[in-house]
Amino acid sequence: MTLDSKVPGGPLADKWDRHKFESKLVNPANRRKYTVIIVGTGLAGASAASSLGELGYNVKSFCIHDSPRRAHSIAAQGGINAAKNYQNDGDSIQRLFYDTIKGGDYRAREANVFRLAQLSVNIIDQCVAQGVPFAREYGGLLDNRSFGGAQVSRTFYARGQTGQQLLLGAYQSMMRQVEKGTVAMFPNREMLDLVIVNGQARGIICRNLLTGALERHGAHAVLLCTGGYGTAYYLSTNAVNSNVTAAWRAHRRGAFFANPCYTQIHPTCIPVSGTHQSKLTLMSESLRNDGRVWVPKEPRDHRPPQQIPEENRDYYLERKYPSFGNLVPRDVASRNAKGVCDEGRGVGDSGLAVYLDFADAIKRLGREVIAGRYGNLFDMYRKITDEDPYQIPMRIYPAIHYTMGGLWVDYNLMSNIPGLHVLGEANFSDHGANRLGASALMQGLCDGYFVIPYTLAHYLGGTQFPAAAVDHDAFNEAESSVQQRLDAMLRVKGSDTPRQLHRELGQVLWDYVGMSRNDAGLRKALTIIPQLRDRFWQNLSVPGDPNNLNKNLEYAGRVADYLEFAEVLALDALHRTESCGGHFREESQTPDGEALRDDANFSYAAAWEFTGIGAAPALHKEPLNFEYVKPSQRSYK
Amino acid sequence: MAFGISHSPFGIDMRIHLRVWRQASPTSKGELVSYTAEGVAPDMSFLEMLDVVNEGLIKKGDDPIAFDSDCREGICGTCGFLIDGVAHGPQRATTVCQLHMRSFRDGDTITLEPWRAKAFPIIKDLVVDRGAFDRIIQAGGYTSVNVGGAQDANAILIAKPTLEQAMDSAACIACGACVAACKNASAALFTSAKVSHLALLPQGQVERASRVVAMVTRHDAEGFGSCSNEGECEAVCPKEISITNIARMNREYVRAALVRGR
Repeated sequence: MTLDSKVPGGPLADKWDRHKFESKLVNPANRRKYTVIIVGTGLAGASAASSLGELGYNVKSFCIHDSPRRAHSIAAQGGINAAKNYQNDGDSIQRLFYDTIKGGDYRAREANVFRLAQLSVNIIDQCVAQGVPFAREYGGLLDNRSFGGAQVSRTFYARGQTGQQLLLGAYQSMMRQVEKGTVAMFPNREMLDLVIVNGQARGIICRNLLTGALERHGAHAVLLCTGGYGTAYYLSTNAVNSNVTAAWRAHRRGAFFANPCYTQIHPTCIPVSGTHQSKLTLMSESLRNDGRVWVPKEPRDHRPPQQIPEENRDYYLERKYPSFGNLVPRDVASRNAKGVCDEGRGVGDSGLAVYLDFADAIKRLGREVIAGRYGNLFDMYRKITDEDPYQIPMRIYPAIHYTMGGLWVDYNLMSNIPGLHVLGEANFSDHGANRLGASALMQGLCDGYFVIPYTLAHYLGGTQFPAAAVDHDAFNEAESSVQQRLDAMLRVKGSDTPRQLHRELGQVLWDYVGMSRNDAGLRKALTIIPQLRDRFWQNLSVPGDPNNLNKNLEYAGRVADYLEFAEVLALDALHRTESCGGHFREESQTPDGEALRDDANFSYAAAWEFTGIGAAPALHKEPLNFEYVKPSQRSYK
Repeated sequence: MAFGISHSPFGIDMRIHLRVWRQASPTSKGELVSYTAEGVAPDMSFLEMLDVVNEGLIKKGDDPIAFDSDCREGICGTCGFLIDGVAHGPQRATTVCQLHMRSFRDGDTITLEPWRAKAFPIIKDLVVDRGAFDRIIQAGGYTSVNVGGAQDANAILIAKPTLEQAMDSAACIACGACVAACKNASAALFTSAKVSHLALLPQGQVERASRVVAMVTRHDAEGFGSCSNEGECEAVCPKEISITNIARMNREYVRAALVRGR
């Protein structure tokens, strides 16, 4: 099958305008005749639900939480990028486009990224109109800060709670549509299958998490806005209920999964403290604007940080990357932290941490200014570690944070299954092999507010829909397969808890498909994962009532999907023998240890087609053509 | 019942006795059931301690304790229950997911109960239905601006102190602790935080009067009680939302009566 990206013709800067003009429209009076299912209520899902509701479509919105406002977008701290150039420091749409393509290590589609940069400015306008309290200067204008990997100040922020405020803006807009009756809200629902009729995505099967009942919902199109798959690693910065299930179920029904090996490991997280740990906490990347990263020069220097004099410290990012210093992109910062820890220069009890030191910034700016910028983050750090970062340097270590891979989509955000659209982190589209800081919020809202209203109309307006009521055979088949799977999990009655199996899988992925990967390790992971999957189906324990709130049953279903998904993740990493962005293959590095791409052989998006559990998926390639940016070796020196 | 193995790298494990509200379904009768958590490390969060207890229950084939949580970093508002009668437990300005076991002593007995309020029916064990909060927002907790028509963001000037004040109100995470702490089970703090956030900003002026009336009306219809200025809500709020917001909401409500054409 050829993958058609459907990128419009014409010059890069005109593509989106041209595409909008050439797209089909749906008459306002006809919109309510179209039902659209939106799964997930994070930035992408909530913004899509509100904007499609405003346009008059009949929207059905689903989330696994008790309220749509709890989606994990809420936890994003740092900010959202936009090419407003309010700071007069040389920013432009062209520069945001270029930075994003380069930051993604030349593995993203040019036309999508350019559109993202163009629409970024509208996002800020919309959010401010909603009342999102972005930080302001004393004159009343919006404030900006610079953020990892950028040399201009283009990041808008609301203290350390930017994701929360943006999500509440989108959520409130969506609740306004719920009140108006254009959006029907279904909380406490988990999508467990995609229903395809005559080759078109026409509905979902979901489980009511409070009653255990399976429900059928039909529609003319399905939008998956269900986030990334970072929780496959067990320990990550993601919320504990975030999962890959909806995307994986769609993949099993035929949607291609693209570039799963592109995982982002965030450099500034609080290190692991014990085996009980259930998640890792991110400390916003903005901390690197004022914090200096260092480790002792000598291995195994166990003195407390304050007793290590300047000449015995190695500010390794400033030393190796003088022009970007502590602000190098996330993949570079993470890999270097691992590097110094592997040399035995890591700090803390585990030796798996580096210092992030604010002493100089406090001396230069005063404690009050630092508290104003990072107060809530410092408080959070102190609560978790019982240490005061105003006095003692923070200890940080990389952790799984974001996943650039996801379901393959074309320029219209539609997967290879007609009618199935994928938005936000759940798709693979805009960040290539590495995402720059403050770009996730931008993409989620861009997809939902400004792209899908046009591209969905184009699909609906140009498609014939044969009848597909919820008693259609395809719904019967999908519901019974979901029921069988639930029954199978309940039948095992073994003694392994889902958490135990999940934790073991996470350790395998972290060890062999983590910050640095090699052929032997990936092959090892590919032998362990099927064994864990067998153990799951032979020795799982799910007590309790399936017809009631049963969080352990929900969790078991998600772990079952991680155990299938993990194999594609490792396989993709094995097949891509080059290093790029967040995917570092030890076999492919420059003499000074930086990621070395292989454009001759790997300048494509790898889209995998499901062929069966434990069977090798089929690879489809979408070649990447760079007409406007010439791929070069990424350098932040 | 006792559960757990050592989770502390330094061997300073604690034993914690728990009395937990167990209620199988919204309609069944609930009761306090005793458990003992062994090998509790001071670095564990409270929810991680409960994870360990639940792992033990699952292994024995018993139904684990149902409690809600998601981000586990204090921002999503999903978690929350009463710890010895206090919403989110003893630590000021802290959600239960950010509460660590170092706040307790070896041998302590701790009682866990769900939020108790008519407008928050119990679903199971420590999980309650907070859908009423969504319906209060639905009544008017927004600015009515469709996507597409917004002016340039910098065309709206907002004084920094005003913005900061609005942000203080907007920080609410809708966890429900304020309702649980209030003897009247009032959601005045929650409702007033959203009313304030939008009333303080220029963008919220157009619907300022209609919004407060609609939200207060919905609040009452959902079965929340009235505010009698006890201040318990402020004391337990993990985001330190001030009761000044409630005073502002009351002023806004009176003001709305004087505004024509709302």
